[in-house]
Parts: sequence; structure tokens; C-alpha cells
Amino acid sequence: MQLDNIIVTIIGIGVMGFIYWFFLMKKEKTVTAGDLVDITVEGGYSPNTIVIAKGKTTTLRFTRKDPSSCLEEVVVPEFKIRKFLPLNQTVSVEIKPEKAGEYEFVCGMNMFHGKLIVK
Amino acid sequence: MSESKKTFSIKGMHCASCVTMLERALKQIDGVSQANVNLATEKATVSYDPQKVTDKHLESAVSNVGYQAMIGEELKSEDGEQKEKQKELKDLRVKVIVSLVLGGLILWGSFPGLMKSAPMFLQNFWVQLFLAAPVQFWAGFGFYRATLSALKHRSANMDTLVAMGTTVAFGYSAFVTIMPSVVERAGIEPMPYFDVSTIIIGLILLGRYFEAKAKAGTSEAIKKLIGLQAKTARVVRDGKEIDLPINEVEIGDHIRVRPGEKIPVDGIIVEGESSIDESMVTGESMPADKTKDDVVVGATMNKTGSFIFKATKVGQETMLAQIIKLVQEAQGSKAPIQRIADLISSYFVPIVIMLAVATFVVWYNFGPADRALLFAILNTVAVLIIACPCAMGLATPTAIMVGTGKGAEHGILIKDAESLETAHKINTIVFDKTGTLTVGKPEVTDIISVNHLKSEELLRLAASIEKGSEHSLAEAIVKKAEEEKIAISKAESFQAIPGHGVEGNVDGVKIFFGNRRLMEREKVTITDEQNNQIIKLENDGKTVMMLAANGALSGLIAVADIIKDTAKDGLAALKALGIEVVMITGDNQRTAAAIGAKLGITRVLAEVLPDQKEAEVKKIQAEGKVVAMVGDGINDAPALAAADVGIAMGSGTDVAIEAADITLINKDLRSVAAAVVLSKKTMRTIKMNLFWAFAYNIILIPVAMGVLYPFFQLLLSPIFASVAMATSSISVVANSLLLKRKNII
Repeated sequence: MQLDNIIVTIIGIGVMGFIYWFFLMKKEKTVTAGDLVDITVEGGYSPNTIVIAKGKTTTLRFTRKDPSSCLEEVVVPEFKIRKFLPLNQTVSVEIKPEKAGEYEFVCGMNMFHGKLIVK
Repeated sequence: MSESKKTFSIKGMHCASCVTMLERALKQIDGVSQANVNLATEKATVSYDPQKVTDKHLESAVSNVGYQAMIGEELKSEDGEQKEKQKELKDLRVKVIVSLVLGGLILWGSFPGLMKSAPMFLQNFWVQLFLAAPVQFWAGFGFYRATLSALKHRSANMDTLVAMGTTVAFGYSAFVTIMPSVVERAGIEPMPYFDVSTIIIGLILLGRYFEAKAKAGTSEAIKKLIGLQAKTARVVRDGKEIDLPINEVEIGDHIRVRPGEKIPVDGIIVEGESSIDESMVTGESMPADKTKDDVVVGATMNKTGSFIFKATKVGQETMLAQIIKLVQEAQGSKAPIQRIADLISSYFVPIVIMLAVATFVVWYNFGPADRALLFAILNTVAVLIIACPCAMGLATPTAIMVGTGKGAEHGILIKDAESLETAHKINTIVFDKTGTLTVGKPEVTDIISVNHLKSEELLRLAASIEKGSEHSLAEAIVKKAEEEKIAISKAESFQAIPGHGVEGNVDGVKIFFGNRRLMEREKVTITDEQNNQIIKLENDGKTVMMLAANGALSGLIAVADIIKDTAKDGLAALKALGIEVVMITGDNQRTAAAIGAKLGITRVLAEVLPDQKEAEVKKIQAEGKVVAMVGDGINDAPALAAADVGIAMGSGTDVAIEAADITLINKDLRSVAAAVVLSKKTMRTIKMNLFWAFAYNIILIPVAMGVLYPFFQLLLSPIFASVAMATSSISVVANSLLLKRKNII
């Protein structure tokens, strides 16, 4: 093996390790919602882990700033909600969870995920 | 003091200092207790006393400091969606055309074999760079933007893969063009691959274009339903007829409908009669004749007559609005089968990127000596481009959307994706008899006197004593007496004996009227001949009631419920699907068996009291069967809930949506089999889609990595990779759309 092969291999393994760490080992930041929480939709959902109260109506207000059609819909499967998010406009989704637990909200194609933690 | 809270957008914000300024301005309004402004979302949230503060106050406070408040501007999502989609499609089309034309020119000037016929300038690398740059950075700009915003969240998607793949191809080509000598010194022929980067972008955008068009088709059913709504109603107010927009119609309004007009809301006819085509809402194919006191459904079509009806349900309460809501909810729910696709797609993109890096390293180290770098680059690009997480993401939801939409068109409302999925496993269906297999309106068929009493007198006594009863059979007898114009006497000391019948005095005569159990209890003798008569009637599927006057049997009245004319076909269709049919009823064994025989049902559960139905369903489930229960949804709610799939057959506008997994709005029994067929076909489509999406990625990613090269010297060109990628997600959507064409009845 020549020097360039060794360098390419080491860099390659390093990059793979970095990708694993960067994408798959991230920690989600969690926010606790009041009656209302604003969620910005841009390359994902921020915040994407939201703690909400059980038995209370919480309004999730989605504002899509990302023109990618991947994020044009938001789906909250457990609450049977599928909504189109027009660009740069706010769409409100009201949910009233009766059971504690974790529920997800995702984009129309299931590529982007957010989590609702009901306590 | 009750406080209100309001959130609204603010236009013109661009820095953190705007936030402080706006908050201060809002807080200065008298009555505002709190104001929060968010720069990221460009929104203000204000808590205020609604008695003191109006929208105007807020607006002027914001505009005084140089911004614009957008209060009450929460969108009309339907309109916005339409417009935005169209604009998006138009943009996409321009980008596709430009990229493919420029890409085609570059290909002409660089593809071995073709390039000889191309003008010299197209073969110039600098010209190619010049043509490829706008495709990469203008047409492909969306990929970069999406990648960057995803990276901010440490996530990656489809766009990330395309952006990386094309950037590698473009970057290498640009390097070769600008510094050919460096590449040459490394022993590689300085050959750019601008055709790869441009055509990949063109084809993937083309794929998106078709995908967007096809996806619009999956939600067509909802749009059709929304389009059914009438726009105006001709309301009779103060003796005058005025045309009002539909949202101004109130409950209790009298509305005139003329021939050929659409009925605007739900209601009851108060005057006139007509034939009404309800197919658009209930899926029922025959027009229904309606007259005074009949129920009409909004959005159905009045055919011949003219009538006035009283509005009973308006706005979100109408049947159509409920159907739309239900279908929308079902389309937002998730089928359990999707879970595995979810799990995989959340790891998919990062893993593909790692595989691409590994591909580069392996080819660089072990590729053919003279072309190691080149192959390493091209194969890395191919891996990045061919991976298609979209197909996996689209496989289930598109099929669910088309399936639930198709159901709604046929009057089959499915509560959620899970119900649709379970329905394909049903192997036993339990039918409640009355009102489901039968019309639910029993009629008197035989009046038989067994002593000196005339049959007229028999009916008079029976009707008199039943007048006070609420039993459905009583209703049939009273109705019969009214039809025969028989004067009914008042019964005294009337008493209902549950599960037996009734007793009381009519014109001084002590009467017992009820079933065999009542006669046995009262020790009324039934002779063998009389008994044979009863058995004969029961064997015909009739319910026999016996009347005893002064302790002796006087006569028999037989009542029968008419079997629905769609029952035979409906049950035959279920049998053809290999599903066992069970009938459950409160009738006695013989009557139940006779009706069962008429319908070809062998398993009949008779003499089941209403509160035992649930237990019977559970018993069948304990045999290991997947059970659906079909009932009217009101009395059967516990049994419907206990079944694996509860199917409610609607009656008129009373859609008992909550209790059932599937609601059939029409009374056509063939819809039960249709619902099962729909579920089977939808599940087949989902499975095909998932198989295709998984197999595609599992097979083609290794091919793109070059696993076939050691054996067949075969490599996948990145251009073919982009063709395959674009086709794979379109084919999944197209396969879901095929469901629309399948026959379910």
C-alpha cells in the first residue's frame, strides 16, 4: 500500500465516523410547551421534541420556511392529522392528548421526525 | 378580568433589536399585560384585556415602529395549497427543460460516438463548464438549500444525497477543466463529466415533476368531496325566497329545492316530493323517492320534483362535512405495516453516505491502477444518486390515501389506516339480523284465529294492548290495525313483561299477548294442531305472537321482517372471498334458522339478548378467528367495539361514525364485501410498493457500489442511476394510483 492509499483510507474511516456521530448520535433539544408552541419547519422541525400536558389542548403552530416539497405536509398519525403547510404561512394544529406517552409528528414522506412527549 | 391571548405575524423584522422595539411598543398599549416577539418565527404573542384592546390598537402600535402586523391572516389552506402547487410545478418545469437542454448539449459534445457530429465549440471543456454551471447552481439550488437547512438540524435527506452526488461530479469536472495538468501528472486523462452532473439534476427534477403531478392525484377524492358542496341555498324567509351563501344558512331555515338543483344542507322535507339521486354521497346507485318527513342529505341531487325542506344540520355538522372530516383523518393516520419503513428511513440517508465514502475508499485502493480515482468518483456519485428513500416513504401513505378516497366514493368510510389494514385479515363476519340483513321494519303477515274470534277482532285486541308498548313488533301490529281502519280501544292495567310480551285488560277482557314463553308462564294450553300451525309459520322465518283472552288461546299473529334485496348478493360475495358468515339475532331458534336458510347462512346464533352480542363476538374470536361485526352502530356499539373490525351500516343521516371502524353510508349489503375487497387490494398495493422500494435499494445500491465489476466488469453509470432513482418513486405513486381503477363491487 502506498502513502496515498493509507491517507485515503484513514480519511475515509474518519469521515464515516464523523457522519455516524453527526447524524445518528445527535441529542434532541426538548422544550416544554404552554398552551401554544411555535414550530419552525426548515430542514426539520425546531423545536423537534416538545413536552405537552395531558388532557389539555395544545396548539402547535407550524410555519414552513423551507421550500423543499419534502416538508410540505405535516402528519401527526396518532391524532389523525395530515395538513398541508403553505410556504411562509402559519398553520395551527390543535391536539388534546388523553394518554401520556410519546407521539411523533413527521413530514408527509416520513423523512423528518419530531416528537411530542405527553406528561 | 378575563385575558385574551393572540399571536400574529409581523412583516419587516430582520434583527434582534426589532424584537425589543416591538415588545416595548406593544407593552405600552393600555391593557396589554404581556408581549413576546419571536425573531425566528417573525411573530408576536400578546396577552391583553379584550375590553380595552382591539386588533386596531395592536396594528397601529406595530406600524408606529415601522413594521406590519398581519392579524387574522391565518390562511385558507385549500386555496393556498392549490396556488402554491401550481407555481411550484411551473418553476419545476422550467428548470427541467433548461437542465435537460443544456445537459443534452454537453452530452452531445462529450459522449464518445456522438461527439464526432457535434460542433467543435461544444467539445470545448470551458464551454461545457459554462453550460453546466447554471444547472448546478440555479436549477440545483433547491438541493443545496434543503441540504444546508437539514444539516443545521444534523439531519440529512434525499436532497443531501443529490447535492453531494452532483457536487462531486461537477467539482471533479471543473477541476479537470481548470487544472488539466495536475490530473495529467497523476496519470489520468483530463476528462470532465459535466454531462453526468447536469443530466442527473435534469432527470431528478423531471422525476419530481411527475411525482408531484401524480401525488396530486392521490388526494383527488377529498377534493371531489369538497367540490360536491353546494354554494348557495334558496331560503324562504318572511315569505320571500332569497339566495343565500351556504354558510349563512341556519338550522330551522326552510329551503326550496327545484328540479335539477343540488340540495344544500341536511334536513327534513316539509312540503312536496321528489326523486333524489344520492349516489355522490352514499354510493347508492338507485335514486330514492322522498316525500314529507323524509330525510334529505346535503350535496345530493334533486331530480324531478320541487320541495321545501327544513334544515336540520348545517356547516360542519352536515353528513358531507362529516365524511370529509373522516376521510381526512383516515388519510392522516398511519398503518401499522408502515412502522418498519419508518424505522429504516430514519437511518437510511446517513448509512448511504457512509456507504458512498466506503465505495470511494475501496475503489481508490483496489480499483484498476490507471483509473482508480475516476472509478472511485463515478461509483461514489452513483451510490449517492441511486439511493431512494422517497420510494419507501411514499409506499404506504399514497396507497392509504387512494384506498380511503376510493372507499368514500362508494359510501365506505374507513376510520383509520389501521382499520383498513385489519379488514384484509377478516375471515368471519357476524351480521346483526334486524336492520342489517333485514329492512328493520317488521310487517304483519298472518292473522290466524284459533277459536270463534274473527281475525278483525283479534287484530283489534292485539293492537289495543300493544298501543302502549315500544317494541318494534308492536309498532307493526298497531300500524296494521290503522291500515285496516280498525278502532283501537284503550287498554287498562297494561304491563310489559320483558322477554315475554304484554298483559292488560281490553274492554273488560284479560289479555296476554306474547311469545310461547308467556303462554307457558300463564299456563295457557296450546293444542298439537295449534302448535303445528306455529311451527309452520316459524319455519317460514316469521315471528309468531300468541293472544290469550280470558286464559284461553284465541289466535296467532305472525310478523316478518323483509330481507334486504341486496342481502343474497352481498353474502354470496363474502362467501366467494372465503369468509364465514354468522347471523346473530334475538329471534327464536326456528325463526332464525328459517331466515338463515333463506339467506344461505349456516351458522345462526338465535335468542341472543342485545347485551350478550359482545360476548358472542368474543367467543368467536376465541376460536382464533378475525371477526368483523356488522350492525346498525347504535344498539350494537359494544359488539362493534369488541370485534376486530366494527362495521356500522348507516341509516339515513345517522352515521354512527364513532362506534365503528368502517361505516357504510348506504344500506347496500354488497358494500360489506366491497370494503373487504378494498382492504385486500390496498394492502396488496402497499406490500408491492414496500417490496419494490426495499428491493430496489437493496439490489441497486450494491450494484452502484460496483459489486458486479469483479465478475462481469459491469459498472452502473451515474446517469442510469438517476434514471432508476427518478423512476422508482414515480412507479410507487403510479402503482398506488392504479388502485383507483380496480373494481371493488
